[in-house]
Amino acid sequence: MGERIIELRDIKKSYGQVYALGGVNLSVDRGEVVGLIGDNGAGKSTLIKILSGVVKPTSGDILVRGKPVSGWSAARSRDAGIETVFQDRALAVQQTIVRNIFMGRELTGFLGWLKVNKEIAEASRLMREIGFTSKVFTPHSIVGQLSGGERQGVAIARAIYKQAELIILDEPTTALSLTETAKVFHFVRQVRASGRSILFIGHNIHHVFDIADRFVVLDRGKVALTADRSEVKSAEELINFMEDVAHPGGLPGLHEGAEQGA
Amino acid sequence: MSKAMEPDLQNPLGRTSGQAAKEWSHPSNHWLRGFVLDNRASLGTLAVFIVMMAVFIAANPTVFTTWYLYSSVLTTLPVALFVVVPLVFVVTCGEIDLSFPATMGFASWVFALVVQAGYDPFLGIAAALVTGTLLGFLVGSLVVYGGLSSLIATLGMNFLLRGLIQIINEGKSTALTNLADSWAYAIFSSQLWGIPVQIFWAVAFVVFAALLYNRHRFGAQVKVVGDNPDSAKQMGIDVKLVRVKVFVFTGIGAAIAGTFSVMINFTWWPTAGDGYLLPVLASVFVGGTPTWGGIGTVVGGAIGAVTVSFIQTGVVAAGLSGFYVQFFNGLIIILSLLGHKWNQARYR
Repeated sequence: MGERIIELRDIKKSYGQVYALGGVNLSVDRGEVVGLIGDNGAGKSTLIKILSGVVKPTSGDILVRGKPVSGWSAARSRDAGIETVFQDRALAVQQTIVRNIFMGRELTGFLGWLKVNKEIAEASRLMREIGFTSKVFTPHSIVGQLSGGERQGVAIARAIYKQAELIILDEPTTALSLTETAKVFHFVRQVRASGRSILFIGHNIHHVFDIADRFVVLDRGKVALTADRSEVKSAEELINFMEDVAHPGGLPGLHEGAEQGA
Repeated sequence: MSKAMEPDLQNPLGRTSGQAAKEWSHPSNHWLRGFVLDNRASLGTLAVFIVMMAVFIAANPTVFTTWYLYSSVLTTLPVALFVVVPLVFVVTCGEIDLSFPATMGFASWVFALVVQAGYDPFLGIAAALVTGTLLGFLVGSLVVYGGLSSLIATLGMNFLLRGLIQIINEGKSTALTNLADSWAYAIFSSQLWGIPVQIFWAVAFVVFAALLYNRHRFGAQVKVVGDNPDSAKQMGIDVKLVRVKVFVFTGIGAAIAGTFSVMINFTWWPTAGDGYLLPVLASVFVGGTPTWGGIGTVVGGAIGAVTVSFIQTGVVAAGLSGFYVQFFNGLIIILSLLGHKWNQARYR
């Protein structure tokens, strides 16, 4: 594996008395797709918020390309080449596609005046690149008028604009149609082929199994399993493992029902 | 789902299908239609204004063709414009500022003190601007970093600052008799070709602010923060700083407005700015900026201010008694809101 893009060491996060994360170690190398899975309440969202700089950890170290960082924030995270496509897409729905793509990263010239034409040209190029084009909308279209898949396209376009080295996809296939899911998968492979990395978070373990090079299973704020793809034979094995972690004693009859839920 | 988004399982990205190579195209490429769609709120406000003026002129053609009527509106309107425009930013950002009347009074008081002490009025203007900036920062910090509701906190600050003015001045006004001979007066408050010169400054301010709103990072971030503060934060925007900045902008606008109002009257009153609270707020919403944040229009707000300031003059000039003014104020506000409601869709 190549260079280590980001590494979390013994990250803890508590909200009052409650520990959301109790000492998590996680790293992502260049060019790999890491699948992060875990039950509801396992701490996935908190971990993503820490990686994207929205939430500061209570303790622990964050290393970007081997160097410890201080003053970690959302702006710092983006500057370090980490882009996040949040589950709720984090779009301003009353604004245009252009304004959403350049949110927090406006293309400005003299004294902060916007380079409007350049923004439009870049937005058009990005939307074409990932295949989210249509005769019905333009870079000036209001995001609130777009479908769920199209909104996902805007969020992804925003993430790839600055040639990010690590793209975090939080539940990117939730509420998408089969075609749109296929597009997201194609996009993930494209990013990996270009030598960049992806952290793929999913509820659907079959989706994660199909796409990831390495799996990290989170359970109640701790990493329960880290496994390379070669070590795991099937998605069912992952599902069984997660159930064993969640219910160490084993619940009879649960394994049969699990496949429907996945 | 649109045609172009339909399944193409062999090649989900549509690379070779030719679909992606096509350029963007608007449903209607005609520039006029695009212009109308992009500016529907301010054009709606303009339509309200034109209809209202047509009714007034039809009611009393002779009065409405005399220049004096317009001249008097053009003298007082600029004062309102300097606060309406920053308030469009505040409302777009999802906040409200009710403290601007006291800021107007406070900043113009500083101006009056400096001029009365015999200094050049330009120095007084600079001092007023500094005062407005500081008060805006104070109010903004209180709301943003104190985590208070802007509606209540700014109302409280309005009372508090006005109270300070009253306590210190004990109701006494300050006459500035030497102001008329100064360069500052000639530049900011005289007449040019018979037109009150304030209106040129106000129009320049509106144009500058409209560019700031639509073509500057500040405006872009104000809209995003008002639209979805969580997303703005996730994308690395300093949401709190943007919020403080809109209050600072209002403070600066209020300082300019207060200074202009003193220059018109040659006198500073401890109540300076008080009468502007409700007309200015009404102008913002009559202008087509919705209450929920994220979108707005600076030019619409300016037209709203023109509309509101013509109601009072117009009702009286049209031959109705002064008792009708409030009724028509309310009527125009309600009709405008209904119009904008129909004209604008709210996306969630």
